[in-house]
Amino acid sequence: MGYPHPIHPKETPVLSTHFGEADARTFDGWVKRGGYAALRKALEMTPEQIVDEVKASGLRGRGGAGFPTGMKWSFMPKDTSRPHYLCCNADESEPGTFKDREIMRWTPHALIEGCIIGGLAIRAETTYIYIRGEFTEPYHVMVKAVAEAYAAGALGANVFGSGKRHDVVIHRGAGAYICGEETALMNSLEGRRGNPRIKPPFPAVAGLFGAPTTINNVETLAAVPHILVRGAAWYAGLTLSSPKSTGTKLISVCGHVQRPGVYEITLGLPMKELIYDLCGGMLPGRTLKAVIPGGSSVPIMTPAEVEECATDYEGIVAKGSMLGSGGMIVMDDTTDLVYQIMRLAKFYAHESCAQCTNCREGTAWTTRILERLLAGEGKASDLDLLLELSEQMTGKTICVLSDSCAAPVVSGIHKFRADFEAYLTGAAVPAMAEV
Amino acid sequence: MSGETAVYEPVFTGAVLAQLEALYPKYPTKQALLLPALWLVQEARGWISDGAMHEVAEKIGLTAAYVRGVVTFYTMYHTHPVGRHFIQVCTTSPCGICGAEDVARALVEQTGCGDLGSTSPDGRFTVIEVECLGACGFATPILVGDDFIESVTVERVSEILARYP
Ligand SMILES: Cc1cc2nc3c(=O)[nH]c(=O)nc-3n(C[C@H](O)[C@H](O)[C@H](O)COP(=O)(O)O)c2cc1C
Ligand code: SF4
Ligand code: FES
Repeated sequence: MGYPHPIHPKETPVLSTHFGEADARTFDGWVKRGGYAALRKALEMTPEQIVDEVKASGLRGRGGAGFPTGMKWSFMPKDTSRPHYLCCNADESEPGTFKDREIMRWTPHALIEGCIIGGLAIRAETTYIYIRGEFTEPYHVMVKAVAEAYAAGALGANVFGSGKRHDVVIHRGAGAYICGEETALMNSLEGRRGNPRIKPPFPAVAGLFGAPTTINNVETLAAVPHILVRGAAWYAGLTLSSPKSTGTKLISVCGHVQRPGVYEITLGLPMKELIYDLCGGMLPGRTLKAVIPGGSSVPIMTPAEVEECATDYEGIVAKGSMLGSGGMIVMDDTTDLVYQIMRLAKFYAHESCAQCTNCREGTAWTTRILERLLAGEGKASDLDLLLELSEQMTGKTICVLSDSCAAPVVSGIHKFRADFEAYLTGAAVPAMAEV
Repeated sequence: MSGETAVYEPVFTGAVLAQLEALYPKYPTKQALLLPALWLVQEARGWISDGAMHEVAEKIGLTAAYVRGVVTFYTMYHTHPVGRHFIQVCTTSPCGICGAEDVARALVEQTGCGDLGSTSPDGRFTVIEVECLGACGFATPILVGDDFIESVTVERVSEILARYP
């Protein structure tokens, strides 16, 4: 549902059905709502059967990259001479994204159940849930739910009497956006600085503690129990546009809409309906200026691109951006886009782990040049300089944080050039003091 | 070592030590206990002093320099004493376009902190600006200690601060 708003008829509540119900947080409350039936079913299945079911559902990773989940699971070795690990990525720090938080706050057992099933599929007996340090309430809810799951026999040495073991460990981060990147997350969990690792080796070969590891987003894992209970065919049938985008997706919408919140849609819903019907459209007297549809790391869209866009993996790519994490930032005509792009560049400069020169220097220089422009001190050559810098920041570093900084800059300059030029010609009043 | 007492009192004794030891079986390496151990220190002391870094290093079998390197990587660990109530306010773009910078200014003014990152002269508050808190639809979110407060507006600031004597 469009938490904190009532369900809109154009939504498809699956994961969000019980958001807002305090009782759903408890083990008994969850069982009453059909919870843990999927786990009981999974305990009767072989790992291959679980992987095949998830493959057939078409589920793709909800953390940003959209990689097919069943296929990712199938990369894990079958041999268990070494321990295997499942990591749940609950670091949710991408500006615009606030959906995993609601899953953990309201339906912690859905996530625990998804973790155990994922663990069975990849032959892991332990899941580490890495939760960002700032999520104090979700952390306490999850800790309590894990304790309850142990007490009820869903976790531990003998899951529901099956003789199979699964442990869930909740691990708190300590403030670092980069720890959401999967290899940085593993380093952080191991007690290191959160620097991303060079790949290969890929996590399925040598991940956490050097062992075969799969990392999945909270929303990805929370979707799995529904797929097992209702069937892969049901999930695969949930699509309004591209057959490659199946199921429901939580879209967190923020910024200048009447009703910001977390909405659950069938993939493919027209973006226009999402913004105008579900979220109630613009504030009175305002018009749409731009949308960043998938968290701050994806290209900016113009109103014309939004007009015809299907909200799914392929539909948004066709309109020059990406679904990413499903964190949608809506900006109206009161927005100073140049200032906000500077602010995003500053975010990436602050969050760069500083291992790669192009990222460390590129994010800092991008911010500085944009600040200079905003202070009315820009040079005519600055826009080309920014594009050149962005070029040097794309595809040349250990992780894609650097590319993420470039995305809003490049798309901003290409699609909203007049806004930048206004600061060059003096048509715009400087938005910042001299730097 | 600002704020450090002359004789260092170990953190890991009694109940806190027991909490740390309860974590050992959950991880295959001792080093993985580093972040949890640092959290235990900060919960007990409010910040992580040089002495505490030495103690953690010794407990986990690392060097103090290594521990410092990890502590300083993460923004939530304090390497200096902070106000009784530590306030984090998000000013990243999604909140920024909904008035977060005004909220941050109001917090700095009404707490008497004077500047972002500073502590009020009475030691009651420290206010810092942080990046996205993962609650962008509820602009502006702030954290006061462990309390996550959503939809903070300039108008609500004084009422919220009054809850934290
Ligand atoms: C800089 C950066 C930050 C990321 N932050 C997150 C995050 O907070 N949560 C998340 O699930 N994935 C995040 N990712 C993506 C992860 O690396 C990884 O692809 C994802 O957790 C895989 O899970 P999925 O296949 O279930 O989507 C981030 C990636 C990068 C490069
Ligand atoms: S691209 Fe940036 S954040 Fe990623 S590893 Fe390199 S320096 Fe670190
Ligand atoms: S941008 Fe403020 S909480 Fe995300």
